[in-house]
Amino acid sequence: MKIFFHLGRYWLFMASLFGKPEKFSIYRRRVLEEMESIGVSSLGIVSLISVFMGAVITIQTVYNLVNPLVPLYVVGLVARDTMIIEFSPTIIMLVLAGKVGSSIASEIGTMRVTEQIDALEIMGINSSGYLVFPKMIAAIFIAPFLVLISMFVGIAGGWVAGELSGVIPSTDYIKGIQYQFLPFNVTFAMIKTVVFAYLITSISSYQGFYTDGGALEVGQSSTRAVVYSSVLILIFDYIITQLILI
Amino acid sequence: MIEVKNVSKGFGEKQILKNVSHRFEKGKVNLIIGGSGSGKTVLVKCMVGLFEVDSGRIEYDGRNFSEMNFKERKPIRQEIGMLFQGSALFDSMTVEQNVMFPLTMLSDLSQQEKTDRVNFCLQRVNLPSSHKLFPAEISGGMKKRVAIARAIAMNPKYLFCDEPNSGLDPKTSIVIDELIMEITEEFQMTTIINTHDMNSVITMGDNILFIHKGEKWWSGNEQEILKSGNPEVDEFIFASKIMQHLRK
Ligand SMILES: Nc1ncnc2c1ncn2[C@@H]1O[C@H](COP(=O)(O)OP(=O)(O)O)[C@@H](O)[C@H]1O
Ligand SMILES: [Mg+2]
Repeated sequence: MKIFFHLGRYWLFMASLFGKPEKFSIYRRRVLEEMESIGVSSLGIVSLISVFMGAVITIQTVYNLVNPLVPLYVVGLVARDTMIIEFSPTIIMLVLAGKVGSSIASEIGTMRVTEQIDALEIMGINSSGYLVFPKMIAAIFIAPFLVLISMFVGIAGGWVAGELSGVIPSTDYIKGIQYQFLPFNVTFAMIKTVVFAYLITSISSYQGFYTDGGALEVGQSSTRAVVYSSVLILIFDYIITQLILI
Repeated sequence: MIEVKNVSKGFGEKQILKNVSHRFEKGKVNLIIGGSGSGKTVLVKCMVGLFEVDSGRIEYDGRNFSEMNFKERKPIRQEIGMLFQGSALFDSMTVEQNVMFPLTMLSDLSQQEKTDRVNFCLQRVNLPSSHKLFPAEISGGMKKRVAIARAIAMNPKYLFCDEPNSGLDPKTSIVIDELIMEITEEFQMTTIINTHDMNSVITMGDNILFIHKGEKWWSGNEQEILKSGNPEVDEFIFASKIMQHLRK
């Protein structure tokens, strides 16, 4: 039964975000700040993970290609499509669910338990709109760039790994990543990314906003934010893939 | 003047406030006192609209706040300042930004006017030189003063203070009490303080509401409370050794 309570409250929470902003210019500044804290500060971890994912996919694909009839450039093609369709959008967003989701939930949760949210409400400010809406817009806008960067860095990582280990010549790899490229795959990945970014920010904000208690409960909200966003990312990954690709 | 009329409030099965009625006067410091868990904070939060009442109503100078929706409440909200128990300063903002925040969000003042107002408010609470510090960098007493400055930034008609002395040493408590009394007088606000600090009761108890188990148990001023003859009131007032000593 509890799930219906949460679903209902979640939708009311979402509806409350769309109140008229007190001052438009302040919302714009908040969005820029959040882009910085969500996006720019995640560049390092996103690049690091992507480069290794690309490298590992490349080497494993070579290792698994035992049939001499399959040309070697297929490795480049597999690395490209795996990164673009699944690894960049899904794995990177799962990592962001951990990094960004926990920080959003604990930030908002702390504001709740220290009465900072009440202080906003007292002033007559739409607290959920002020705190959450900019985070959501920023994440939805910035996440696709992070994922695009991840695709690029990942594919480059595969190339470097092939080169360093000598398992695949540069020319084959580069031929592979250009072979039968479907631009729609990138669009598909972007659709997933936007949905995942929405899930992470809305679920984590919800968890933080309805924290009740003290420091301990803030920690619990933060954990729940990460777990629920991750699970929902996986479920929606499946749903979107089925809806769009079949 | 704020009137509370037959207000009841519960959470689930648990009834917290039971049919409380009281009148809080303008230009005075009005006290709500009572033991921990008696419902003081819940009453204050009902009055400012952080909780909705189950029955009864709250009137701000005759305006029925309880029947209004979010939008209709906005003008009254902007006449309310509140000092929270833990100060509730915004962690991510400096002292100056905290005080300026309501002005930026809610007023149409120019940058210069806002800066002047912030300087005036910080001066008023005797914090002329802490503008650039963050809440984590200042003491509890200073936080309270910044919170007062933020609460009066919009020049409120009504000021609510939830246990303004909690967590402060006795000397700082007196400073904060005096500050609240002075600004109440100066700006002719309706101030409501919820406290269990006996020193505050003795120094500014013009109009005291004693809450016991969610009910209005007794009301009067600081003279009357010492000889109320009400056992629950006496138990509260004379709980400390020092008060027992004074009684003899
Ligand atoms: N949000 C809430 N949900 C459920 N019970 C609450 C809530 N807030 C307060 N209470 C209960 O109301 C009672 C009165 O609390 P409170 O008004 O905070 O007491 P105090 O007089 O110490 O300020 C307590 O028993 C508390 O557990
Ligand atoms: Mg309290």
